[in-house]
Amino acid sequence: MSATPLLELRGIDKSFGPVQVLRDVDFSVNPGEVTALVGDNGAGKSTLVKCVSGIYSADGGQVLFEGRPVQIHNPRDAASLGIEVVYQDLALCDNLDIVQNMFLGREKRRGLVLDEPTMEQMAAETLAGLSVRTVKSLRQHVSSLSGGQRQTVAIAKAVLWNSRLVILDEPTAALGVAQTAQVLELVRRLADNGLAVVLISHNMNDVFAVSDQIAMLYLGQMVAQLRTSDVTHAQVVELITAGRSGGLGLAGENGNGKRDTPPTETTSAGADR
Amino acid sequence: MSAAPPTTVVPPVEVPAAPVPTVGSHLRDYWARVRGGDMGALPAVLGLIALCVVFTALRPNFMTEGNFANLFTQGAAVVLIAMGLVFVLLLGEIDLSAGFASGVCAAVLAQLVTLQGYPWWVAVAAAIVTGVVIGLVIGFLVAKVGIPSFVVTLAAFLAFQGVVLLLIKGGTNVSIRDEVLVAIANRNMPPWLGWALTLLGVAGYALVQLLRHRNRSALGLVTEPLAVVLIRIGALAVLAGTAVYLLNLERSRNVLVSLKGVPIVVPIIVILLVVLTFVLQRTAYGRHVYAVGGNREAARRAGINVDRIRISVFVICSSMAAIGGIVAASRGTSVDANTGGSKVLLYAVGAAVIGGTSLFGGKGRIVDAVLGGAVIAVIDNGMGLLGRSSGFTFVVTGLVLLLAASVDALSRRRAAATGNR
Ligand SMILES: Nc1ncnc2c1ncn2[C@@H]1O[C@H](COP(=O)(O)OP(=O)(O)OP(=O)(O)O)[C@@H](O)[C@H]1O
Ligand SMILES: [Mg+2]
Repeated sequence: MSATPLLELRGIDKSFGPVQVLRDVDFSVNPGEVTALVGDNGAGKSTLVKCVSGIYSADGGQVLFEGRPVQIHNPRDAASLGIEVVYQDLALCDNLDIVQNMFLGREKRRGLVLDEPTMEQMAAETLAGLSVRTVKSLRQHVSSLSGGQRQTVAIAKAVLWNSRLVILDEPTAALGVAQTAQVLELVRRLADNGLAVVLISHNMNDVFAVSDQIAMLYLGQMVAQLRTSDVTHAQVVELITAGRSGGLGLAGENGNGKRDTPPTETTSAGADR
Repeated sequence: MSAAPPTTVVPPVEVPAAPVPTVGSHLRDYWARVRGGDMGALPAVLGLIALCVVFTALRPNFMTEGNFANLFTQGAAVVLIAMGLVFVLLLGEIDLSAGFASGVCAAVLAQLVTLQGYPWWVAVAAAIVTGVVIGLVIGFLVAKVGIPSFVVTLAAFLAFQGVVLLLIKGGTNVSIRDEVLVAIANRNMPPWLGWALTLLGVAGYALVQLLRHRNRSALGLVTEPLAVVLIRIGALAVLAGTAVYLLNLERSRNVLVSLKGVPIVVPIIVILLVVLTFVLQRTAYGRHVYAVGGNREAARRAGINVDRIRISVFVICSSMAAIGGIVAASRGTSVDANTGGSKVLLYAVGAAVIGGTSLFGGKGRIVDAVLGGAVIAVIDNGMGLLGRSSGFTFVVTGLVLLLAASVDALSRRRAAATGNR
C-alpha cells in the first residue's frame, strides 16, 4: 500500500443555496483498494462524487491528487487526471452500440473520419482485460443488453482511458443477485489491477464483500473512514444511521444530528431534507 | 492504440465470441432485426414496389420513360428538404417551418436574380446564407432560450409565409429566366455523362466497401461475409444502371426535339446524399447527433456540447430547405406566395418518416428521405395520372403518413418489448 493516497479530500464544503450538503468532509482513496462510501439517502454521497468529477465545484476545501493540490472545474479536468465516474443513473445511449458508447465524446479518428477498427479493437481488449465474456457482439445496441451487461459497459468505458480512479455510484442498485455478483467481481478486479476504486452502495453485504476501507457519511459529515477489517456490520449501520457508535464516529454530545462543528448560517435541519 | 487499457490482458482476445458470419447467418440476423422492430427501410421499399404495381395496372402510362423522369424532378425539392429534416428528427425535434423557409430562400433568389439582376451564383449563395441564418435563429431559440421546437417553428411557419409575400411584393409571381437556374430541374445531362457518373459512383462505392472489408478482416475484426458486400455492390450497380438506362431513353414525342438523359437535379441529390450520409455515419459530429437524440444527458456527461449540436441540426435543416427552394423555383421557373407552401412540409416530414426515420429521435438515415420521398412522389404522380382531385391526393398522402407514423410507433413498442432498441 503506498504512503500517499491517490485522491485526498480535505475539508470539503458544499451548499446548494441555504442548504449545506457537505460539511468539512475529509476522504482519501488509495490505489489498488476499493474504498466504499456509504451513508443514508441524502447523506451527500453523490454530491461528493460530483465535486470530485467536476460537475459541481466545492465551496471550500482542498482536493489533492497524488499529494498535489488540483483544481477540478469540469468533467474534462477530472478526465485528464484519470478520474472516471460511473453514475448512479446510467449514462449510455440506447441507440448506439457498445463500441460507440464506450468512445462517446472521445472518438478516435483518422483525419475527419472515425477510426472504427481501432475503437473496436480497443473496446475488445478492454473487455477482455476485465474478463468480460458475456456480450455477444461489440456491435449490438446497448438497449439489447441486460442491466448487468450495461453496467459492465459503463465500467469498461470508465476503464478505457488509462484511468487511475474509478468512482461507481450505486452500480448494483438495479441488478439481480447474479448480475450484482458479476459487477462486484469486476469492481474487485479493477482494484487488483492497481486502480483506485470508490464504491458507493447501500448494500452492506456488497460493501463488506469487496471493500478495503469504508467511509461513512452522515448528514453531510464524514463520520469515520476505517479499514473494513476493523469494523463490524452492526457498527457501520449504527454509524450511518446515528453518526456514532461507541467510541467511533462524530465526537460530540449525542448522535442525534447535533455536532460539535458549529454550522454556518444553515441549520442542521436544512441538511436533513 | 497507445492508450492500452491498464489491465492485464490475460487470455488472447476472445471477447466477440460470435461465430464467423456467413451469408445465411447475415440474412437470419437481418430477419431477426426486422422481427424485433428494427425494420429500417423495408416498409418504404415494399410500399414503393406495391404502389408502382398498382399504378401501372391502373394506368399503363405510369411506367413510361417520360413519367419516370417526371418522378425525379417532381420529388426533388421534397427529398432535399426531407434530407435536412432527418437531422432535426434525429434529435427528436421538429421543424415545421422548413417548407416556408425554402419559400423564403426561393424568394430571396428570385428577388436577386430577376428583380435586381445579380448573377445566378450570387443569388444562390444568398439563398443558402438565408437558410443558414434562419437555422441559426431557430436553433438559438430552441437550444439557448429553451422554447420547444414545435412552437418556435410553428411561429416561423406563420412568419415566413408573410416574409415570402413581402419579398415578392404581394401576390405576384416572379419568374426565373436565368439559364443556369432553369437548367437545374428542367434540363438533362448528355447520356454519356450520365453513364460516366454512374460508373464513377458505383466504382467509388465498391472501392470504399471492399477497402473497409479488407481493413477489418486484416485486423481480425468480425466482418460481413465478402459475398454480402459483393451483393450490395452488385445491387447498386443494377439499380443505378437500370435507372440511367431508362432516363437515357428518348422520351420526346416530338421528332424535332430530343429529350433524354438524367435530369441534372439527380446528381445533385446523389452528391448531397453521399455527403450527408458520410457526415452522419463516419464523423464524430454525426455520432454526437445520434447520441444527443438517444440520450441527451448521457451525451452531456460524455462531454458533448449538446447546445451546439442542437443548433447545428436546425442550420443544416434550413440550409437544405434553401437548396430545396432553389430546386423548386427552378422547376416552376418562378416563385410565388405558394412556393414551399401547402403540402411541401408535410410531404417532406412524411418522406423522412415513411423512409424509416423515427419521430422519437435517435434513429434515421439520410437515405430514408430519398426512399420516403420516392414513395410520396409516386403517390402524388400516380394520383395525378388517375385524374384524382387534389383533395383525394391529400387524403391518401395523409393516410400514408399516418400509416408510416404508426409503423414507427408500433415498431418502437415492439423493439422495447424485445429489447432491441
Ligand atoms: N442540485 C441540487 N440542488 C439542491 N440540493 C441538492 C442538489 N443535489 C443534491 N441536493 C441535496 O443534497 C443532499 C445530498 O444529496 P445526494 O444526492 O448527494 O445524496 P446521496 O447520498 O447520493 O443519496 P442517495 O443514496 O439517495 O443517492 C440531499 O439532501 C439533496 O436533497
Ligand atoms: Mg446518490
